[in-house]
Amino acid sequence: MSVFVNKNSKVIFQGFTGEHATFHAQDAIRMGTKVVGGVTPGKGGTTHLGLPVFDTVVEAVKATGADVSAVFVPPPFNADALMEAIDAGIKVAVTIADGIPIHDMIRMQRYRVGKSAIVIGPNSPGIITPGECKVGIMPSHIYKKGNVGIVSRSGTLNYEATEQMAAMGLGISTSVGIGGDPINGTDFVTVLRAFEKDPETEIVVMIGEIGGPQEVAAARWAKENMKKPVVGFVAGLAAPPGRRMGHAGAIIATEDDTAKAKMDAMEALGLYVARNPAHIGETVLQALKEHGIKY
Amino acid sequence: MNIHEYQAKELLKSYGVAVPAGGVAYSDKQAAQLAEEIGGSRWVIKAQIHAGGRGKAGGVKVVGSVEEVQKVTDAMIGARLITHQTGPGGSVVQRVWIEQASVIKKEFYLGFVIDRGNQRITMIASSEGGMEIEEVAKTSPEKIVKEVVDPAIGLLDFQCRKVATAIGLKGKLMPQSVKLMKAVYRCMRDRDALQAEINPLALVSVGEDERLMVLDAKFNFDDNALYRQRLIAEMRDLAEEDPKEVEASGHGLNYIALDGNIGCIVNGAGLAMASLDAITLHGGRPANFLDVGGGASPEKVTNACRIVLEDPNVKCILVNIFAGINRCDWIAQGLIQACNNLQIKVPLIVRLAGTNVEEGRKILAESGLSFITAENLDAAAAKAAEIAKG
Repeated sequence: MSVFVNKNSKVIFQGFTGEHATFHAQDAIRMGTKVVGGVTPGKGGTTHLGLPVFDTVVEAVKATGADVSAVFVPPPFNADALMEAIDAGIKVAVTIADGIPIHDMIRMQRYRVGKSAIVIGPNSPGIITPGECKVGIMPSHIYKKGNVGIVSRSGTLNYEATEQMAAMGLGISTSVGIGGDPINGTDFVTVLRAFEKDPETEIVVMIGEIGGPQEVAAARWAKENMKKPVVGFVAGLAAPPGRRMGHAGAIIATEDDTAKAKMDAMEALGLYVARNPAHIGETVLQALKEHGIKY
Repeated sequence: MNIHEYQAKELLKSYGVAVPAGGVAYSDKQAAQLAEEIGGSRWVIKAQIHAGGRGKAGGVKVVGSVEEVQKVTDAMIGARLITHQTGPGGSVVQRVWIEQASVIKKEFYLGFVIDRGNQRITMIASSEGGMEIEEVAKTSPEKIVKEVVDPAIGLLDFQCRKVATAIGLKGKLMPQSVKLMKAVYRCMRDRDALQAEINPLALVSVGEDERLMVLDAKFNFDDNALYRQRLIAEMRDLAEEDPKEVEASGHGLNYIALDGNIGCIVNGAGLAMASLDAITLHGGRPANFLDVGGGASPEKVTNACRIVLEDPNVKCILVNIFAGINRCDWIAQGLIQACNNLQIKVPLIVRLAGTNVEEGRKILAESGLSFITAENLDAAAAKAAEIAKG
């Protein structure tokens, strides 16, 4: 099971023959991901890493039955590539790119209305179901199989939390990086809903950061709809207002955007909250114990 | 990226929006000449800095003679203006905008933002112009109206009419309002703006007539779209930005100065923020935010150390790397190179994790240099806070 991607996912890479796509496709294959080919416009009919290259996503899907795409296309062309993937029937499109113009994302999100495709990212480390499927740039070796679902805006903070849990013997069902941009293809609520349904996930870790309303919206959704415990953390307690802290989306524009306000709201809505980024692992352990979940 | 008021007004004018007759001046003589060219009997002189709150800080003056225009401009240019948005250092005024003073009958607020909740452009308007919209939202939220724009359709006339009616722009003023709202929306969309704020939008008397005019405008543009917005990119005023932040971005580093004494070098924005948080929770005070990004070469690490150390308050540096695309051995080599090239005198607390962590730790241990290593984030933050206090 797991969420969004698993051992049966057939993955293509858009921008396949580029340096980064090549490197991460090799790592994905090493870890067991079923990579079935790729797309680079103008290079259709050739092969790369022993796999077929197509000019368009629709051809790739027709020939390989791909249902997941890793979109390694430069930011100016990335939103177009995402819409091409959706048009071709790709079910999960993952975009790593940092720097997609926000108006492109607004149009892409509008294009998605009424379609069932999931877009993960942009500005994201991607998604990994340990031992089954990796679509992204994360260090795969730190992700061990387990029952914790993890979803985050930040990549490195996702690694940090994963390592803290690994040190306690806790593994991951699926890790989803929704990305650090102001507009995320997939929001926290969508991922929480998937984790709640997934039999392999027994607890969820949600890592947010300053800026935007979605952590609190997700916490509210969790309170009303989830039986599984959720552990939350929000980065940026020490961030000054009005500054973009590295991520385009990490900016305190209103009082509700601060890390403290978000964590207070999460706590009031019944989530377990790690107030210190170094205590995420411990907090998960405490929640597991209190809920009598095996680990 | 932000622009000046005069640039925003010129931009809006090119979209057919009415702004007062005016121009920009870099000297008192130029200002006097400009005032005569513009004509009229009263002029507004406005200091051009990016920060808001200029009026209260003495950056906006109304005068009644050309001599006064010259005198006030002379005092304004070169002066340091301190507003609630500039920080204690203030901002040096390089130029002023001079316009004909308007006879204002009423002030409104009009803004366009990208609403992160609905992921669409949203128009915000209020009958309470001239004050900050956040303030209106607190004191009289019923006076704020919003209209969401479907990106596939664009802002529709009826939406503008709805908003205009709600804020009291009725009758003869309705067609003007619709035209103006649509023009500002088009400008925001076509120029990749993240925010457009017109405050105040004023109803002014022009002889017997009255018309809507933009008296102040603020724009914020998407840095990620500047590659396709040359006109906007050329409006960038580097003098308004922190020189260290500009230098750092030239090296592919994301640096933000803070007021503490613990230098920070971290990879990834989330982990960098969390590192500041961990330091703060241990009673320490971070001197900066710095994200070295992915693929940190030894040169990049050296540049990061140099930029952090330019801050004389820095008593120690916390290096926190969780290597995904990065490799710990490269980071370790970079740190050794930085120590040798820069003769770093402050203690370096290093926490490495992720790809090639063992190799990285070995390189540091065998270097003969005195790095303070930490096993995890908590220990690293605790050590940094302790050293900075001592």
